[in-house]
Amino acid sequence: MLRALRAVIGRDLRLAMRRQADIVAAMFFFIIVVSLFPLGVGPEPDQLRRLAPGVLWVAALLATMLSLPRLFADDHRDGTLEQLALAPQPLGLIVLGKVIAHWLVAGLPLVVLAPVLGIQFDLPSDALAVLTLSLLIGTPALSGIGAIGAALTLGVRGGGVLLSLLVLPLYIPVLIFGAGAVDASVSGLGPQAHLSLLGALALGGVFFAPWPTAAALRVALE
Amino acid sequence: MSNGLINWFKYASPQSFYPLAGKLIPWFWALAALFGVAGLSIGFLLAPTDAQQGEGYRIIFLHVPASWLSMFIYLVMAFWAGLGLAFNIRLSGMMASALAPTGALFAFLSLWTGALWGKPMWGAWWVWDARLTSELILLFLYIGFIALQAAIDDPRRADKAGAILALVGVVNIPIIYFSVKWWNTLHQGASVSLTKAPSMAAMMLWGMLLCALACWMYSIAVALMRVRTIMLERERHTDWVRALLTNQE
Repeated sequence: MLRALRAVIGRDLRLAMRRQADIVAAMFFFIIVVSLFPLGVGPEPDQLRRLAPGVLWVAALLATMLSLPRLFADDHRDGTLEQLALAPQPLGLIVLGKVIAHWLVAGLPLVVLAPVLGIQFDLPSDALAVLTLSLLIGTPALSGIGAIGAALTLGVRGGGVLLSLLVLPLYIPVLIFGAGAVDASVSGLGPQAHLSLLGALALGGVFFAPWPTAAALRVALE
Repeated sequence: MSNGLINWFKYASPQSFYPLAGKLIPWFWALAALFGVAGLSIGFLLAPTDAQQGEGYRIIFLHVPASWLSMFIYLVMAFWAGLGLAFNIRLSGMMASALAPTGALFAFLSLWTGALWGKPMWGAWWVWDARLTSELILLFLYIGFIALQAAIDDPRRADKAGAILALVGVVNIPIIYFSVKWWNTLHQGASVSLTKAPSMAAMMLWGMLLCALACWMYSIAVALMRVRTIMLERERHTDWVRALLTNQE
């Protein structure tokens, strides 16, 4: 079981490394979206400091969305997905492997970039730490929940737009607790409660999401 | 199955459900009209004017039933969807897709009437109150469901994909609701609260309950009408639909 999981993760990472441009494009999308906000709302540091957690988190949601269609689309096109569905290992486990690989490729870079972008918003250093931590805990949930949407829209007309319509409402709790953690730490309340809830969402998301995703994939493969 | 009980499975097939639905629809329309007239006349003629809110409060006779129904229909939709997924019944998927537009309509109505009520009472069309926000998200979930089904051409696949989405949504609704609620209370003290005075005049309550029943009956009638149309459309290649259509001409 674990060998299959490792094999799927390794395979997806290797494929992603062969097409690094995709990863870099999603990262730059994140950077550009975040940089647009000061241009839109003005450069006053006070205002930017208040906006920073929300802006960074929303941009992280959008950047994750951008890379979701590729989670299954390539494998679907060349028939790999059908072979994976036929494999003796449960499809849910294989999906879990793909979700982990997706997070390593799409989620982790955001976590690494976030502190740098937070400095642009003049966030104090402890808030920067909480922001990074909240993204680290929360982005796995984004990959997990997103996988359901990606599987449902597999091979569907207008899949990209539809995907955001399906997945963004489900991302709302992650956004609330993620951005809330930073807010709470800035206002002196302490981020523990938010981070714990975020952790619960991430664990629940990563643990449960592969099963509906696998069901959706089987529907798509029929 | 011949033990004297009604054979419910018989009505799982569109062919036998189609005439049954046709027979039931007028009854539900009649009940909807009856409850609607009763509820609205109590609401507008008999219920007293509210001490604090004046006459403006009377919009709750539409607003509260619409909110209830929007949530209830999502549950019913998810129930049919789950049933369809578990037992592979064609009719369940059709019921789920027939219910979705009505649910979305009620979610929209609830937001719209809420805005109309909020402007004179709170002085704002929209506040980021926990209930308003979660109702808005519920509307998004409905739109997502409808959009997903509309984007898939094969009705069987559309049913199953929609069913998975509806079930995922049902699991998420409590999470979304509580996260929005905590978000609202943690961000700032709510400047306005939706909780009304606990005591409500009995007449108001009766008016509201009757209106809720009217909306409920209306939903059933409309969903049945829609499911009949969906049945004809999807089963157009079958003999019974051909026979039905040629008999009508």
